[in-house]
Amino acid sequence: MTTTTAAPTATAVRRPPELEVKGMTKRFGSLVALDQVSLHLKPGTFHALLGENGAGKSTLVKCIMGFYSPDHGEIEIDGTPCTIASPRDAHHHGIGMVYQHFTSVPAMTVAENLVLSRFDGSQFLINWAKERERLDDFMQSSPFQVPLDVPIAQLAAGQKQKLEILKQLYLESKILILDEPTSVLTPDEADEILSLLQQQVKAGDLSVLIITHKFREVTQFAEEVTVLRKGQLVGHGLVQDLSVADMAEMMMGERRELKVVDKVTQEDVTPVLEVHDLSANKDNGLVAVNNVSLTVNSGEIVGIAGVSGNGQKELVEVLAGQRPSTSGQIKINGERYLATRKEMFKHRVFSLPEEPLKNACIPQMSVAENMALRTFDQPPQAKGIWLILNAIRQAAKGLVQQFSVKTPSIETPVHNLSGGNVQRTVLARELSSEKINLLIAANPCFGLDFAAVEFIHAQIVEARNRGVAVLLVSEDLDELLELSDRIIVISSGQFLYESPIASADFSAISHAMAGH
Amino acid sequence: MALRKTLESICIPIAAILFGLLLFGLFCSFVGANPFAVYASIWKAAFGSWNTFQNTLIRAAPLMLSSLCTLLPARLGLVIIGNEGALVMGGLAAVSMGLALGTAVPSFWVQSFMALAGMGAGGIWIAIVGALRHYRAVNETISSLLLNYIAIAILNHLVGGPMRDPNSLNKPSTAPLAEINMLGDIPGTRVHWGLVYGLIACVIAYFLIQRTTFGFSTRAAGGNMRAARLAGLPVGKLTLTICFLAGSCAGLAGMVEIAAVQGAANESLNVGYGYGGILVAFAARQNPLAAILVSLLVGGILASGGILQRSHGLPDATVLVFEGIIFLVVLYSDSLYGRLPFFKEKPDRLPPAPQPAIPTSVTAQGS
Repeated sequence: MTTTTAAPTATAVRRPPELEVKGMTKRFGSLVALDQVSLHLKPGTFHALLGENGAGKSTLVKCIMGFYSPDHGEIEIDGTPCTIASPRDAHHHGIGMVYQHFTSVPAMTVAENLVLSRFDGSQFLINWAKERERLDDFMQSSPFQVPLDVPIAQLAAGQKQKLEILKQLYLESKILILDEPTSVLTPDEADEILSLLQQQVKAGDLSVLIITHKFREVTQFAEEVTVLRKGQLVGHGLVQDLSVADMAEMMMGERRELKVVDKVTQEDVTPVLEVHDLSANKDNGLVAVNNVSLTVNSGEIVGIAGVSGNGQKELVEVLAGQRPSTSGQIKINGERYLATRKEMFKHRVFSLPEEPLKNACIPQMSVAENMALRTFDQPPQAKGIWLILNAIRQAAKGLVQQFSVKTPSIETPVHNLSGGNVQRTVLARELSSEKINLLIAANPCFGLDFAAVEFIHAQIVEARNRGVAVLLVSEDLDELLELSDRIIVISSGQFLYESPIASADFSAISHAMAGH
Repeated sequence: MALRKTLESICIPIAAILFGLLLFGLFCSFVGANPFAVYASIWKAAFGSWNTFQNTLIRAAPLMLSSLCTLLPARLGLVIIGNEGALVMGGLAAVSMGLALGTAVPSFWVQSFMALAGMGAGGIWIAIVGALRHYRAVNETISSLLLNYIAIAILNHLVGGPMRDPNSLNKPSTAPLAEINMLGDIPGTRVHWGLVYGLIACVIAYFLIQRTTFGFSTRAAGGNMRAARLAGLPVGKLTLTICFLAGSCAGLAGMVEIAAVQGAANESLNVGYGYGGILVAFAARQNPLAAILVSLLVGGILASGGILQRSHGLPDATVLVFEGIIFLVVLYSDSLYGRLPFFKEKPDRLPPAPQPAIPTSVTAQGS
């Protein structure tokens, strides 16, 4: 009880503390994850921590939060050295972290989750009337609002992310660490949340340290940036003094312009994928996809835009064979398609689903076995009913080289690989086939670093230029505008807008995304 | 590279069994027997001499077969414990077939058809579980467990009623199989041919899972159903097939018990080889070859039941207590994998740290 009653007065007085990390080193076995990294987070600043996957961003933040104990280096808060041994200590110093994944209890309401976040076991009973009053006050004064009585399961991704941030504010964190907070949000949601936080920062109520690899977020919101590469501090400065090219150079160690992928104009176009009046349900039996029809031609990328949770996931699952449709039909090359293995093989259909470890890999099986998932029953990898293990291994070795998958060996279980390399494993499997007819990609770059995104984009456009029909579903509108030939907007399971990319109207797209 | 991993998967089950022995020793001393004398008796009765080891082998045979009933579906991610039911149904079908054919055809054919009938009946029994799972999303563990009771009830009904041999007085049984149709012993031993069936079945299961496209599909679907569907693998067909195969192994165990040991179907058919098979499958970590070894061990424990009763005054069910303790400890030990620092593969997680300018770094490929 004591903490809760004392809190409101403290909030009014407390300013965000100054956080300084000095010469932080962290080793995992022989791997140096962080090498003498320093970071200075001034009170009331919006600070970006930029770096590729594996650059040490998360390790640094986890050292600050007390998940890891660093081998060297110290943390100073307001000039006094202090040890942070656990996230609890970090909270005590006013440092809170918002994780990439959601940490709320889905079956409980927003109010219950907020109370739970603060629960420390000292109370036996919860005085709901009092808590409720406090929560209402808190919501009034917070930068954004989330309805208190709604169960988490009914919130959209953007609202869940807001709640995660609110939780930290409710805990009176004065330094907010955000770990890639916008990877689960649409651009509009991301902009909204970040600009609201920016206002708080400008008002001097908060310091924000945001981990990201999106330059747009850095240039638009951050005042200062710290860049890491391979565990080392490679750059630091005010955002206004730096160009995107400068930051990219620091991040990647070489000067590289953002590559614009060249498209080849296609001759003799034929329809590959035809969907007629397709409907499908969500897991809970509600309608997710409602009577949609579309055609994807050879050598064309059709992009599907939409706010997460508007049926695009279910649509992709039906096309990929992971979910039954409730009505309508799918034709590929003019033939009825039911997503059986035989048809996939015959029509050369491949998929890059989102969250590859969950959707496209068998985590415990080896890299080689995962790479063989499409081909293991075809010669030369199989002879009759027998697997030819040697052929599977040889093929995997070739793919590992060709797609530069970083793995200790091809026998390593795929879940031991980093996210980017899991994605590369799937890419190698799905894109290495000589003849691809149709590629279904859903958020293929979700949560990946800059270099990996560029690689995947290049691969997709390259496939298109070879004449592959590509259906690209993405929650990243920039990605769609960059890659698509034609864009469709899905909202509440229906297509509300369709246009060739050349004549696409941005405001009409966002209008349609909002359901109008 | 995988040396420590292999060592881990050998050491942990052995340690678990030793720890189970220790707990069982405590139990024995609690009920007033000298644990060390009990250990010695078990050893003597199970593995002491060729003569007693044959008793172990006789019991290991049905265990090998029935363990596959849990083991095969486990590779598809299903936890099926309907071994006892499938064994009983297999036994019933086998005895019906044997009695129906009588001595009209050569005994080789009678035995073959009995085996097929047993496998078919057991297979269908577990395929029902698979179908309920796939088409109606019924939990396979619960449905297979409940089907055990149904199978045992059917057995009791049939041997006590329609199929009862009027001459079986104190223990209702079906009519006995003709002597000539019984499975014989392996020459020079008291061990029946069922042991060979068990060994062959385990070896086939191993190759089926590890080396065939069917096994690959099964492991893929068992590891991640969503990825399997993405690759177009026929999950329903896989479920039904693997369940049928699993059940047919247990059904064959039932046939072996009928045709080699009991000679007729009666309540002795469900003496626990089904539940023992579950223990074997888990202790073997769903590896068919390891199941052979574990079956020998569990068979040995079962074989020592008599001597515990005779020499130590312990009740017959003591071996079941022992079996239960071992089962619990083995299940617990499953949670230790990856937790013990000694068995951690050290550099496995990440590729070697980038070291500046070592020209031969390319040769480090593969291992």
